[in-house]
Amino acid sequence: MLAPINVSLESLNLMTLAPMLIPVVGALLILVVDLFKGGLHKSLYVVISLLFLFMDFVALVDSSEIFSQSGITLGVFNLMLIDGLAILSQFIIVIASMLFIPLAMTHKRFHEFSYPEFFALFLFMIAGFQFMVATDNLILVFVGLETSSLALYTLIAMHNRDKSFEAAVKYFTMGALAAGFYSFGSMVFYALTGSVEIHQIAAILGANGYADIGYVLVAITFLLASFAFKLSIVPFHTWAPDVYEGASASMAGYMSIVPKIAAFVVAMRLFEFLIHSGVVWLEVILYAFVVITMTAANMWALVQTDVKRMLAYSSISHAGFVMAAILIGTTQANTALFFYWVLFSFTNLGSFSMLWMSRQKHLPDHQSSDHSYDKFAGMIKTAPVAALIMGLFMLSLAGLPPFALFWGKLYMISSAVTGGYTVLALIMALNSAIAGYYYLKLVVYMFMKEPVMGNDGQVYVSNATLALKTIIGIAAIGTIFAFVAINPILEFITAFVYNSGY
Amino acid sequence: MLDHILSILIFFPALAAIFGFMIQKDAIRAYGVSVAAIEFGLSLWLWFAFDGNVSGMQFMENLPLVPSFGINYILGVDGISLFIIVLAAFFTMIGIASLTDTPNEKNMIITLLFLQMTMVGVFAALDAIVFYVFWELSLVPMLYIIGAWGGPLRIYASVKFFLYTFAGSLVMLVGMLFMAYFYYQATGVWSFAILDWYRLILPENLQLWLFAAFFVGFAIKVPMFPFHTWLPYAHGQAPTIGSVILAAILLKMGTYAFIRFSLPLFPDASAFFMVPIAIIAIIMIIYTAMVAYAQKDVKQVVAYSSISHMGVIILGTFALNVEGISGSIFLMIAHGVVSGALFLLVGVIYDRRHTKMMDQFGGIAHVMPRYATIFGIMLMASVGMPLTINFVGEFLSLLGFYQQSHILTLLAGTAIIVGAIYMLAAYKKLFFGEVTKEENKNLKDVNKRELLALIPLSIITIWLGIYPKPVLEPINNSVEAVVQLMHNKATSDLAKERIPNLVEEVVVITKTSVQEVH
Repeated sequence: MLAPINVSLESLNLMTLAPMLIPVVGALLILVVDLFKGGLHKSLYVVISLLFLFMDFVALVDSSEIFSQSGITLGVFNLMLIDGLAILSQFIIVIASMLFIPLAMTHKRFHEFSYPEFFALFLFMIAGFQFMVATDNLILVFVGLETSSLALYTLIAMHNRDKSFEAAVKYFTMGALAAGFYSFGSMVFYALTGSVEIHQIAAILGANGYADIGYVLVAITFLLASFAFKLSIVPFHTWAPDVYEGASASMAGYMSIVPKIAAFVVAMRLFEFLIHSGVVWLEVILYAFVVITMTAANMWALVQTDVKRMLAYSSISHAGFVMAAILIGTTQANTALFFYWVLFSFTNLGSFSMLWMSRQKHLPDHQSSDHSYDKFAGMIKTAPVAALIMGLFMLSLAGLPPFALFWGKLYMISSAVTGGYTVLALIMALNSAIAGYYYLKLVVYMFMKEPVMGNDGQVYVSNATLALKTIIGIAAIGTIFAFVAINPILEFITAFVYNSGY
Repeated sequence: MLDHILSILIFFPALAAIFGFMIQKDAIRAYGVSVAAIEFGLSLWLWFAFDGNVSGMQFMENLPLVPSFGINYILGVDGISLFIIVLAAFFTMIGIASLTDTPNEKNMIITLLFLQMTMVGVFAALDAIVFYVFWELSLVPMLYIIGAWGGPLRIYASVKFFLYTFAGSLVMLVGMLFMAYFYYQATGVWSFAILDWYRLILPENLQLWLFAAFFVGFAIKVPMFPFHTWLPYAHGQAPTIGSVILAAILLKMGTYAFIRFSLPLFPDASAFFMVPIAIIAIIMIIYTAMVAYAQKDVKQVVAYSSISHMGVIILGTFALNVEGISGSIFLMIAHGVVSGALFLLVGVIYDRRHTKMMDQFGGIAHVMPRYATIFGIMLMASVGMPLTINFVGEFLSLLGFYQQSHILTLLAGTAIIVGAIYMLAAYKKLFFGEVTKEENKNLKDVNKRELLALIPLSIITIWLGIYPKPVLEPINNSVEAVVQLMHNKATSDLAKERIPNLVEEVVVITKTSVQEVH
């Protein structure tokens, strides 16, 4: 006879689930609405999603208050772990999603937004990411990862172009491989320690002094490979440019931010103890990953002829840059990771939205791809405001002060300096200089070349609606006036990261 | 208002530039000139209110920006930076006033006003990050000026200019972050304030590395041999106004930064690297002078002569004594005035003939006598004729370095001779002889708008050449403080020997001033 299990509801601490459940409820509501009356305009679903994201945000504010008062909270049989990292990354996820979803309100009609499922899947995906970051249980991470990834593959495919299907299938196959690697790596850890919780694994491995170092290395290799896929670290990046090209520009911008921060948090939780346990091999391999990803992606970005592909490679390079934080592993470095990502999400989402705003339904003859450089030639003459904003985003991505990303770079390089990685700091700085060239290339096209014949500037704003303009305006203001907000953001993040013990 | 005069000087042009978007196209020049004139007036007021007998920083402003990371908005001027700020305001004013008809005039003037913000900002900043912000930001307007209004190779030239400087400054940024980290290790507080850093005495081996990191950033900006290759392209392709501002102000950022950062922060390293840098400076002086002689394009002659004179400035700076450093600062101003004027003068004939090739001219003195006169004055100044502004600076710089090494100074002195050769040769090709080309026979002499810029420059050239004291004295006071600081901070014997202790020298200086009175 099994003894009846007695669990008091309070010990479950169900409130820890609230931020994840809100988008799930929202997604279900959207499906229910669609059951009763189909064919409704997309604006309804956009607003519903926004409202639920807003509630999610409020729930997060709540849990951040609880965290600053009583520290780390566990809940639901200790599956949920609400610490500073979880809260910070959820803030980034939810805010980036709030900035993304109004981009559906385009002037032209695009296929995917006419389906309510798009928005339901979108909210499910957010819940998945939130689960992924708010736990240190490897199984729940896996569940969150798969929920969000499967939803994301579908969202990409819904863009309904040949390239989108190609992108979705490519992403799916690669994602499946990464999932396999992930589960294999976790399995080895479970076999070694009998636990799937990261802090448990760390404690047991620490207690026996890494006796089975060979198996630990196998587990790390598989886990590292799976995260490298998700974070598009070279040489596991091959899917990224094609997927970015196939997805809509707004979706590509979203993909360069949200899935990566989720993967970064899990990587941070996992590699934190491994780096500090003195597994030298891991340090070497991470060092190599960081340097190769930054440099190689920059080189590829130099030779692109399409702005979106260029931005795809530049996102890879930025991911490599931020990966350095995991290698360095100090509190300042972990703070820098979140700090960088907050600033990066504003700027990068802004620049992808600018591409989205200029999306045509049919390509004119002189244009080889959706967003070729030629398309932007002479933009300052035909659409000066749009050109100035785009130029601003490019200069910010290049790390030109005083725009947003400069402060991120400053703090990240400083953390490398403080952590004793002098050569790495120099490589990071010089990579920013290389990156300057391809961002500048777009600026050169926009400001110094003559417009293509018959281009009256209409194309750059062909998709513009009030919603899109608002999002771009928010991104632009965030980029220019970042220096005002640097101090509070930095203090907030430092406090959260420090109090979580990272 | 005087408390915030530096902030006003920095942000007034930027604000005016933003408002400038609302101005109607035809009225933009008047707007630009008035804004620049107000700015120049404010800078004169700053000079007037400035106490020349005080050696330290004046009109300091301090506002926390990122206090948790030690970044503060700190401004201040001393004798070293004051005159460069005035010069920047002056050149923007006459630059806009004498602007010849350009396409998209409105964009040009707005860009120039933004550029002015960054220029003043660099020289007024006393926090390394604020300095860096303005330093980098100054690249963007210049990139646009060269890239949008330049010659046929403009895009190559502007991108090369941007990337070269950008790469160098990022290395400098790493150096700054190290500096802040060492300060943090020493005191437990993050700080990027330069005056805080001045108090930090670093071991010599660290100084050498940090000096090198800063050196990369500054040397590219100056530009020092062998990093100078971007400059001839930038000058060759830039429109007249771009070359004028570039030569007169932007290049001074590098030499100014040497005096503001490298010397007081790393006195031992400065003494250690004195000879290698002096050798680079002498190569720069002689080699570029010879290259200048080989040019067929008159603008390239001026561009290379400009690099050559920057070599003398570097030499004076690394004399590490009061005469040398004061002389190099004075020469920065002199070089700004003279090379700015020469680029304006080249612009005058370029506007008339749309060529800068010297073989297209000859005998212009007959057709354009006033032009030939002003060109002659500026040429003499550039060569370093006594009683012109350049002479004072060059003489003091060389005098300063003479105390360190006689042979190197002698070599550098030959530059004045080589300078005379290429300048006079260029003058001969342009102005003397018969008018051979038909197109040159009816060239119009300089008009009022051009005189508006050239006459004040000629007056300054001669006035400060005869009576440099009002400028030289405040510079001297501030430099003495810097040299004394370097001497006190120096730890190695070499540095103690090369950097003079001023406690005795002060007496000497008061003696000479007494003699002057009698």
